[in-house]
Amino acid sequence: MNTSSYDRISALLLRYFFLLRSSWPRLLEIAYWPTVQMIIWGFTSLHFSQASPELTTGGILISAVLIWDSLFRSHISYTLSFLEEMWSRNLANLFVSPLRSWELILSLATVSMIRTLIGMVPAALLAIPFFGISIFDLGLPLLGFFLNLVFTGWAISQAVTGILLRYGLGAESLTWMLPFLLAPFSCIYYPLETLPNWMQLISKFLSTTYVFEGMRALILEDEWIPHLLWKALALNGIYFVVGLTLFCVALRAARRRGLLLQSGE
Amino acid sequence: MSKKFGSVSAVSELSFSLSRSSIVGLLGGNGAGKTTTLSMILGLLEPSAGSIQLFGQDFIKNRHAVLHRMNFCSPYVDLPQRLTVSENLRVFAGLYGVKNASEKIAHLANDFRLVELMNQPIRRLSSGQKTRVSLAKALINCPEFLLLDEPTASLSPDVSHWVRSRLADYRDRTGSTILFASHDMREVELLCDHIMIMSRGRLIEQGSPEELKQHYGRDSLEDVFLELSKGREGE
Repeated sequence: MNTSSYDRISALLLRYFFLLRSSWPRLLEIAYWPTVQMIIWGFTSLHFSQASPELTTGGILISAVLIWDSLFRSHISYTLSFLEEMWSRNLANLFVSPLRSWELILSLATVSMIRTLIGMVPAALLAIPFFGISIFDLGLPLLGFFLNLVFTGWAISQAVTGILLRYGLGAESLTWMLPFLLAPFSCIYYPLETLPNWMQLISKFLSTTYVFEGMRALILEDEWIPHLLWKALALNGIYFVVGLTLFCVALRAARRRGLLLQSGE
Repeated sequence: MSKKFGSVSAVSELSFSLSRSSIVGLLGGNGAGKTTTLSMILGLLEPSAGSIQLFGQDFIKNRHAVLHRMNFCSPYVDLPQRLTVSENLRVFAGLYGVKNASEKIAHLANDFRLVELMNQPIRRLSSGQKTRVSLAKALINCPEFLLLDEPTASLSPDVSHWVRSRLADYRDRTGSTILFASHDMREVELLCDHIMIMSRGRLIEQGSPEELKQHYGRDSLEDVFLELSKGREGE
């Protein structure tokens, strides 16, 4: 009896589907936070549009919130699915099955993409009747912004899951902390020049900075600058390799130290 | 194979082979190295030295070539708690590429008296019921090599007896090999054809239950074990 990668990935996707189906709060939560964020920032944007209209041109605040959320959601969805295996003490069952590491990663990424879309599409659609702002007006570049941030999210997740494997659930809080560490440097709501020089230096090494610079250029100046997106993609490629390496090194260390059987705190 | 954690030696120069279609008991007290040994054979733990040959292949280098022919069950590893019994078995059937999964699951459900529990989430089951589900999961791919780490720990005597009978039946039907770690001497004596006794990470004795009892002039395996333990304390 031999299995194909397709069978194993499908089995793992089925596992996460069953998990979501078993808990309506989990399902609701996926769409809840992006929608709440959108509503809060929508009203903030509405307020600013009366006081300082230049700050909210073209729905820039809501667009930034929603696009940033694609990084946060993709990362959280990936890492939470992995954490589910640790919480349920199921990791050993997975690692003694014929499932390969890359199949696990691909399954987690697929689940993450599905959950991110479930969370973001309703919020983006609701922004249209609520505030008259459609991020879909950004057209094809929106797909570029979205995919770049999802890739960044997955790269962070690879590193975080590696750390979780190595240090156990004691490191769980990193799941929520790491994306917020990037946020101030990512120039989500303000241009790069707003930051002090030393922060700008760090920002230039972040793919997220180029995504939001590109988004601002498109919304405020109606200018599409493809090279910003390519820079982001190149940086994401580097992050992905670093994240993957960290995960593989941590998995090897977990096998050496016997952590796969005791993946608790 | 050997395994060291820092300066602590968990398993030292352990060497053994298993005959096809045998039930082998790995006996030892707490900290003897049973779980460490099983973990290395399962690929969850990397040996510090040595090699593992499974089905004629170097397991450390070709883990994925043989994992689909094995499975395991341990009370220290849970199945996803929110998933129902049926969902869990479907997922693991997929992971092991089981053909005709529905039929296989129905057969196991019948065999392990799980029919009534199929739609129950794992978290609502008693420990005896969970063990039955774990065993069904462990047999989902008809493994040629089944590893069990204290599968009857915390079970009542009647359920333990029932589990042993299922395992013996599985071996008789399929000719599979079972490696069974336990510190329950009576259980091992009842079930196993061959016994390996470990102490402080070393294999200190092995043979059939009868051979060991005869050799040490004892009536039970427990007495043999106590005799060996006393000997080790004196060292």
